[in-house]
Amino acid sequence: MPVITYREAVRHALAEELERDPNVVVMGEEVAQFNGAYKVTEGLLARFGPQRIVDTPISEAGFIGVGIGASMLGIRPVMELMFWSFYSVAFDQILNNAANVRYMSGGQIHCPIVIRGPANGGTNVGATHSHTPENVLANHPGVKVVVPSTPADAKGLLKSAIRDNDPVFFLENTMLYGEKGEVPAGEHVVPLGLADVKRPGTDLTIVTYGRSVLHSLAAAEVLEREHKVSAEVLDLRTIRPLDIDSVLRSVAKTHRVLIVEEQKPFASVGSQLAYMIQREAFDELDGPVHRLATVDAPAIYSPPVEVEQLPNPRRVLQAALETLA
Amino acid sequence: MSKKPTAKEATSPAANDHAQAPVNARLTPEERIELFRKMMRIRRFEERSLRAYQAKKIGGFLHLYIGQEAVAVGCCSLMGPNDHVITAYRDHGHAIAVGMDTKALMAELYGKATGCSKGKGGSMHYFDPSRNYWGGHGIVGGQIPLGAGLAYALKYKGLKGAAMAFMGDGAVNQGAVHEAYNLASLWNLPVVFVIENNGYSMGTSQARSSAGELAQRAAGYDMQWGQCSGHDVYEVRAMMDKFLTLARETGKPSTVEIDTYRYRGHSVADPDNTYRSKQEIEEYRRTRDPIQLFQDKLLAEGVLTAATAEQIDTEARAEADVAADFSEASPFPTPADIQTDVYWEADNPSERRSQGRLFFT
Repeated sequence: MPVITYREAVRHALAEELERDPNVVVMGEEVAQFNGAYKVTEGLLARFGPQRIVDTPISEAGFIGVGIGASMLGIRPVMELMFWSFYSVAFDQILNNAANVRYMSGGQIHCPIVIRGPANGGTNVGATHSHTPENVLANHPGVKVVVPSTPADAKGLLKSAIRDNDPVFFLENTMLYGEKGEVPAGEHVVPLGLADVKRPGTDLTIVTYGRSVLHSLAAAEVLEREHKVSAEVLDLRTIRPLDIDSVLRSVAKTHRVLIVEEQKPFASVGSQLAYMIQREAFDELDGPVHRLATVDAPAIYSPPVEVEQLPNPRRVLQAALETLA
Repeated sequence: MSKKPTAKEATSPAANDHAQAPVNARLTPEERIELFRKMMRIRRFEERSLRAYQAKKIGGFLHLYIGQEAVAVGCCSLMGPNDHVITAYRDHGHAIAVGMDTKALMAELYGKATGCSKGKGGSMHYFDPSRNYWGGHGIVGGQIPLGAGLAYALKYKGLKGAAMAFMGDGAVNQGAVHEAYNLASLWNLPVVFVIENNGYSMGTSQARSSAGELAQRAAGYDMQWGQCSGHDVYEVRAMMDKFLTLARETGKPSTVEIDTYRYRGHSVADPDNTYRSKQEIEEYRRTRDPIQLFQDKLLAEGVLTAATAEQIDTEARAEADVAADFSEASPFPTPADIQTDVYWEADNPSERRSQGRLFFT
């Protein structure tokens, strides 16, 4: 199986879906001539032309709104946000219009739009560029939220997202764009809403997603080697719809849960998970549900300190040991 | 402060000139009467909905279109099969103008399952994509990028049509409107941005909210623009025909500011006694009522008789009453309906491809 980067995997998904469906359009800042701010869309303009690969001005509310309007008439736009952090200037379009238009029209309209781009900290760009809004997005019924951690998942989930008839918000990670992994060539589709056991284990369930999966896997190695603890790492992959059944299955096996998320803790994805686990698997738990989140403050710039604000293997290991104590 | 007259209003040419515009000259007597009838139906629908609101049959907000009828009717009467409409929350007039059933419209106000949005949208959120009517949007200016998006889709598909994106005079100060202007002009999207200038953004007059001429802002985006009176349905049609043709034939966007007036408050929650005078409202009613003016024209043209006008009015009142009776008799949605029409996939379970939980408790 070919080994490619996360960036290439996203690009392959885009190219294959552009090839498959003439209504798919890729639109965003610097996606065409510049070849993508993070080079995700590199080469697509040359291959598909300016009708399909469209550069926009820096005008997120405007172009996201145009994409939503076009999707109501049957276009399937895949919009790139250079950073998901910029969703705040298009909030009304994304979460009033895309999320609500089906409901407010009594089901007459659907909005098959994908909005994708990186949402992560760890790149020393300060608080304005480091938002991870998956909890905010997933708080809105009507939308779907995907946060892939591996190249194979990035490709397979993006293909599902583009074929989906509901608005799908696809959160990538600049720190993962260069990560490599095996990715099936050609048709490789991962359904939304299906979690994946990235490492099986018996003593502890680490529920996580996005880049925190990598940190959790690194911590699980140390747990195994130095602490004789078998940790299961469960990658949610999709936040909404949520594969809670896989979470509960894992909890029933290990009876201990640590949630790891690159999220501010207040009303986070982990908050929702912890509620659901205690509500639906209370008798399976041998201890309280633990959570490791981002340290609760705006994203700090200082490079060595930002590493300590975010989940990292050392912090995951420590949290895991506390969960087992 | 009173309503600021537009430059166009101040120098309006003889009203009859617009009847001679080709788009109006070729109207059959039946088509002229139909324009009159639509305006009358809107007025009587709105009056009936106000009574229902006062009787506490309707919740939330109610933004009445009374006084502005010639704008929606004039614009929407020009629609071809590939022309589309999107508007803000004062959306009842456009819905009737595109041909939606007033029973479903009234039932939506009553919050009934037979409403055009199944009682899920309410007054501000009417939709009918089968009639190229895309809402009905609650946030000032938020619908304007969507209107440009409809035009984008027309262009992408190679269809010869245009989108009309309606907004009020208050919306021109919203950033999303300016972003849409720029994109539409930059990309040559076939959209006509229509500013229905009724002089007041809620309780703030144009003079107190907007610098300069509203339509003229389009010039900054290299768009053509125009102003006309919205008290004369012929004038609305003449102006809009020009810019809709421009959009359909060349793909070029434009902005049209239509001067109009609402007799009622911003919404029924507006006591309407702080920002304009009763005399101003009465003056508009007496001298510039779009329905009365058009009735006078059609009488003068010999197209309409007083008896026919009376009959159309009677029928419009009866239609509004039928709509109210229908709404009264219709069932409310059930609590089980709260969670339908949220996800396409949940509503089409046999075609669902995703897994996992979509809804949470």
